[in-house]
Amino acid sequence: MKIAVCIKRVPDSETRVKIAADGKSLDEAGVKFVMNPYDEFAVEEGLRRGEVTVLSLGPAAAQETIRTALAMGADRGILLQTDKIPADSFEAARILAAELKTASWDLILFGRMAIDDYNHQVGPLVAELLGLPCVTAVSHLEIEGTQGVAEREIEGGIEVVEFPLPAVLTADKGLNEPRYPALKGIMAAKKKPLEVKPVQPGPGSLEVVALMPPPDRKEGKIVGEGVAAVGELVRLLREEAKVL
Amino acid sequence: MTKALAVLEQRDGVLRKISYEIVTGAQRLGGTVEAVVCAAGPVQGAEQAGKFGADKVVTLTNAAFAQYTPEGYAQALAERIKQGGYQAVVFGASATGKDLAPRVAARLGVGVAADLTDLAADGNAIVVTRPVYAGKALLKVKVTAQPAVLSLRPSVFTPVERPKAGTPESVPVTVPAGRVTVREVKAAPAGTLDVAEAQVIISGGRGLKEPANFKVLEELAHAFGGRAAVGASRAVVDAGWRAHADQVGQTGKTVSPSLYIAVGISGAIQHLAGMRTSKVIVAINKDKDAPIFKIADYGVVGDLFEIVPKLTEEIRKLHG
Repeated sequence: MKIAVCIKRVPDSETRVKIAADGKSLDEAGVKFVMNPYDEFAVEEGLRRGEVTVLSLGPAAAQETIRTALAMGADRGILLQTDKIPADSFEAARILAAELKTASWDLILFGRMAIDDYNHQVGPLVAELLGLPCVTAVSHLEIEGTQGVAEREIEGGIEVVEFPLPAVLTADKGLNEPRYPALKGIMAAKKKPLEVKPVQPGPGSLEVVALMPPPDRKEGKIVGEGVAAVGELVRLLREEAKVL
Repeated sequence: MTKALAVLEQRDGVLRKISYEIVTGAQRLGGTVEAVVCAAGPVQGAEQAGKFGADKVVTLTNAAFAQYTPEGYAQALAERIKQGGYQAVVFGASATGKDLAPRVAARLGVGVAADLTDLAADGNAIVVTRPVYAGKALLKVKVTAQPAVLSLRPSVFTPVERPKAGTPESVPVTVPAGRVTVREVKAAPAGTLDVAEAQVIISGGRGLKEPANFKVLEELAHAFGGRAAVGASRAVVDAGWRAHADQVGQTGKTVSPSLYIAVGISGAIQHLAGMRTSKVIVAINKDKDAPIFKIADYGVVGDLFEIVPKLTEEIRKLHG
């Protein structure tokens, strides 16, 4: 099976966010970047099912992210290089779709969302642009021939969804247990093909006005210690917070 | 004046509560709000959308719409939107909304300004706020797309009653059979409330020591009489103690309940990402230096196995 997996380089989830001087972006100094955790599920699923090409839209440094996927076992990588990932996901999707269109795929996989911008939409946007069926947030997957059955979590239950291949799927946690790259894989990854193609995303129709720290939560209080504090806690929840 | 379309949700022919939040959010744009819902037939509770500010409530009907059909819903909505001349189309960022909004947006040639916690009209544009980097920052964005396709973070837009006509209209639509079909919905056992929809969440972490001990949290949830759910930290989900559906955090669900009680959870950034927009946060932890106390409104330091049962007893008394 021929599989494309689209991955994104994102700040590690433990990053302390510092806002850059322009007031509109993240100050990247000292920030550790990793492969978006949901994309790891997508890469792993690809590796279990066929020959994997990894694509990433991002800066030159995203080559490292692609190398990580190659070290996990992916066959080749393509970096669609731009210094600035557009705030408008439609622009990102348009560029990825244009590249994906140049080959044929049985499956195109994404993570269900990126943990930096929380947009959760590039997968389904690409599917629409390519005219392919799409299932999002897949936590269980079975494929037989050209027919697939996926499960996705919804509020209060699980949706069981049938779809034909080729298709676009976005991966949720639970789909599999992503492997760690072994030393042998890391060595092999250095020799695998990684093609770099410059791209020019348009401005799109989302203009960033500001990146701001979240409002401070009002200073909390330690009500007390042990069982003795429970009475006071309940009183505060009733009378001050008014949630009981 | 803005003309907004609020895309409501139904399940099994009953309007979902998030629909009121969507209408309330659309009202923030200050113009007229038309509501639309895809369904197989009349939707129970659809008239309620008028109470929260919809001038008109349109049901797009098709026999296949008894189940969510991603492609059918997307086509019916995209056609309606193209004819309607709306400045904004507002979805909920629920499981269905997250799946549907991008499909509709792509058909209109735009992206989604997703998972918003605030929105306002600004001349011909719409200015929105959305949490990014696990809630450690807020991104303010000007949306110039016509129409602007938006999705609202669940439980953030508290429904406000603002009665309007809510004139019902039913429009049969024809759509081709979709390639993606929902074969079945496996419902969670009756009586279990999803953490994404609960008003009260009691979450447990490693401090619970073993899976069976979650019983003390379930008893507390039960004391709240059907409006509380039990959540879990990533550590205990990864350890297989609880289902992923219960996980609150960056790689789980983002929740904003009225009351969030974190029990035996230290408060890793990735957990805070999922619950920091809760209205009131209570932390119970034996380590007085645990980071969770920094964002909690009320903290109790001590042994959760003594504190939680006592709290359960007190809550039971209140609820008779």
